[in-house]
Amino acid sequence: MKNKLLLIFISLIFIIVFILFYKGLQNTNIYTPETKISNKIPSFKGDLFYSDETINSSNFFNSDKFYLLNVWSSWCVPCRKEHTFLMNFKESKKIEVVGINYKDKKINAENFLIELGNPYKKIIFDQEGIIAIEWGAYGVPETFLIKDKVIIKRYIGPLDEKTAKEIKSIIK
Amino acid sequence: MLYSSIGYYALILGLGISLILVYFSIKNFQNSSTLNTRILSFTFLQFFLVVISFACLIISFVLSDFSNETVFNNSHTTKPLFYKIAGTWGNHEGSLLLWLLVLTLFILIFFLKTKNQPLKYKLLTLIFQQIIIIGFFLFLIQTSNPFNFIFPTPEEGMGLNPILQDPALAIHPPILYLGYVGSSIIFSSALAATYLNLVSKVWASHIKKWIIASWVFLTLGILLGSIWAYYELGWGGFWFWDPVENVSLMPWLALTTLLHCIIVLEKKQVLTSWVIILSISTFTLSMCGTFLVRSGILNSVHTFANDPERGLFILVFLFSLIFISLFIFFFFHKSSPNNSNSFFWLSKETSIIINNWFMMYFLSVVLIGTIYPIFLEVLSSQKISVGPPFYHKLIIPFLIPFLMAMAIGPKLKWIKSNIVDKFYLVLFFAISIVLSFLIVKKFSTNLLINTILVSSALYLFFITLRDFFIRKYSNISQNIAHFGFSLLILSILLNNLFSSEIITNLKVGETFTSSKTKIVFKSINQKQEKNYKSIIANFSIENINQKIEDLSPELRIYNQPNIVTSEADIKTTLLSDKFIVINIVQNQDYFNVRYQVKPFMLWIWISVIVISFGGLLSFFKKEHEK
Amino acid sequence: MKIFKLFFVIYLISSFNHLEASNDDVKSKITKNLRCLVCQGQSVYDSDSQFAISMKVLIDKKLEEGFTEIQIYDFFRERYGEWILYDPKLNKNTYVMWLLPILIFLIGGAIIIRNLILKKN
Repeated sequence: MKNKLLLIFISLIFIIVFILFYKGLQNTNIYTPETKISNKIPSFKGDLFYSDETINSSNFFNSDKFYLLNVWSSWCVPCRKEHTFLMNFKESKKIEVVGINYKDKKINAENFLIELGNPYKKIIFDQEGIIAIEWGAYGVPETFLIKDKVIIKRYIGPLDEKTAKEIKSIIK
Repeated sequence: MLYSSIGYYALILGLGISLILVYFSIKNFQNSSTLNTRILSFTFLQFFLVVISFACLIISFVLSDFSNETVFNNSHTTKPLFYKIAGTWGNHEGSLLLWLLVLTLFILIFFLKTKNQPLKYKLLTLIFQQIIIIGFFLFLIQTSNPFNFIFPTPEEGMGLNPILQDPALAIHPPILYLGYVGSSIIFSSALAATYLNLVSKVWASHIKKWIIASWVFLTLGILLGSIWAYYELGWGGFWFWDPVENVSLMPWLALTTLLHCIIVLEKKQVLTSWVIILSISTFTLSMCGTFLVRSGILNSVHTFANDPERGLFILVFLFSLIFISLFIFFFFHKSSPNNSNSFFWLSKETSIIINNWFMMYFLSVVLIGTIYPIFLEVLSSQKISVGPPFYHKLIIPFLIPFLMAMAIGPKLKWIKSNIVDKFYLVLFFAISIVLSFLIVKKFSTNLLINTILVSSALYLFFITLRDFFIRKYSNISQNIAHFGFSLLILSILLNNLFSSEIITNLKVGETFTSSKTKIVFKSINQKQEKNYKSIIANFSIENINQKIEDLSPELRIYNQPNIVTSEADIKTTLLSDKFIVINIVQNQDYFNVRYQVKPFMLWIWISVIVISFGGLLSFFKKEHEK
Repeated sequence: MKIFKLFFVIYLISSFNHLEASNDDVKSKITKNLRCLVCQGQSVYDSDSQFAISMKVLIDKKLEEGFTEIQIYDFFRERYGEWILYDPKLNKNTYVMWLLPILIFLIGGAIIIRNLILKKN
């Protein structure tokens, strides 16, 4: 009798383990950091691309506009593809496009912008990649939609039709 | 194309033979008292068919037959021949064929080598093994066919990851599988013995050789994997508590525990239930590991396929095996009567039980650390990482009493013992502590914990060494194996304490100077090899004794697939390894240089070989010499 | 015989001097505890990817600014979540993970002692 009880108990445990594994299979294992503790913009100091002046995060973003912060580099292939979408936002009055040039050489970055156009009102030159980490990014390209010094949306990977549409509808 | 067809139909036939074998075995089980010789012939035929299938896959790789999807995905015409062949088992489908090869080989050898065992036992072992084999045939044919056709035939293959083109990695899977998959025989025979109530001293003597063989291969297989990681992956480490590594370690822990228990069971009819549980668990852990690695549920440097359909199949298969085992254990196992269970608290039996106690603890740490994040994510959607800090914190404190027990345990006699050699036990204890204090004080922080750790390892080291020299051991293979283990722990500890590293950015011609080392980046050579472009950086490193070493790490830019790998240059001596690796820094004209000095690396590998050698000695010991 | 062994070992120890390169303990400890997010299962310490190199530069900066080890972990945890740390924090989600092995150890010990004492009686 005692043996049968033990058997049922152990079988139950294994059934639970089976269900947990089964559910685990359904999950993707590519990590996208959806869960962040706060979505306020980070405080940072950085050098501007064209002028070498140092700016502070507190006076970089004004409260009334939307900002589109894009992390990019000249050596990043998907950045080329998403660049047209960024150019589309250049003329918009509702949103200002700013860039973080990630681990790049100034010459190559400038050539990139000459070739594909410059949508960025301002560019931060992040040669060592540490400002990107302040933002919680870990690669290129990544894009952040900001309002009121808060990150509303984050896009990992290049922008495309769908995400560009989404941004457009948010800033209306 | 022809070979793919032959290979595929060989598999189908092999599956058919499984069914035939099960049928004949059941009939033979019920009817006759002598073995139906057709069974032996069919077992051989099944093995032969799997060999043919495997050979066909190898030939397809060698001929670069890209009409075969597996070859297309994993090979390339410019790959050197040796790696074309090794590429056969370096992918998901091919490695499963290797599984089948070992499964069928082991049951064949089992049949050939167990003439004296009861017939029903042999037949039942065959039946259980065939259940596993059928599962793998189905898995292969349904979800992971190595002989899929693609049409039209591509001109060129997708190439194999260059990190996998390494000699150690080429033989790592076959050796590992001989141990890992070989534990299937232990599983099947334990179930058979349980059903027939044959778990006894006789059975223990017989199964012991299988356990040792499986254990030796598994130990060597893990060693090869670590050696590959150290030499090839370029980060100078050899064990990272990565899920795939853990997955090979868990069966090893269970198997080592089983090995110790079977020594007891050989002498007395005790611990029978526990031996059965361990036998089942070892192979179950192997299967569980296969599931974790191939289903895409884990995130790791070297997971194979990421296909949930395959994962589901293995999951169902694994739990079917578990439930069959549970069923047989609970309904057919009769525990031995209690009167033979008596032994004194100070005896060899007790020390083996203590071994079991600690080993199961270590096993639970590794198992929980590997699986818990999966469960947590399912239950709460929170993702955590479990890495070296977790395992070190939980394992290292327990290593200390474990090492001491390893030193004293073998000296105890069966049933009841008093401690002889008391003088030496105490003397060595004192020497170990003093010596380790001197060593640790010179080089490290964390004085207390490191001293205690090093001294317990030294203690085992001295005791086993002395026992070896004065031949005061009951069992030379166990003495050597324990000595090897002490050497392993010592090497790892000393390596950890004394390793040092410099990371810097250098351009060609620049020099880095510190108080103890001078690194000169002399020059760069560029060369075009068969399937990659090679950039070799020449360094000369001067240490405090004015001794100069020349090291030349390499960067390889492959064309197919398009990646860059970093090949470290490692100078190995008995005393230490000098390890240097360079990396490109994106868009800059300097390189990131990492130079490490790692003492005693070679001893880590040597000690594992010593451990395996101990096991090997035990395997070849004749029955009457014991 | 033993005296010779002792002298040999002491000689070995004193010959370690020329083996060292330079060291930075806290930084190594921190980088070993952080996961490289673009790699598949490597720490920032072990990885030479672009992300890892940037992380190391940033950690150097933070250490210079006077951040403690815990503060640096918090910094990264804020930006990347618990996933980036290899040492799982002991909170309500993980205490089971940390305690379960210990529990198993104690249960094992209890079973053994019970069996041994039972035999003695």
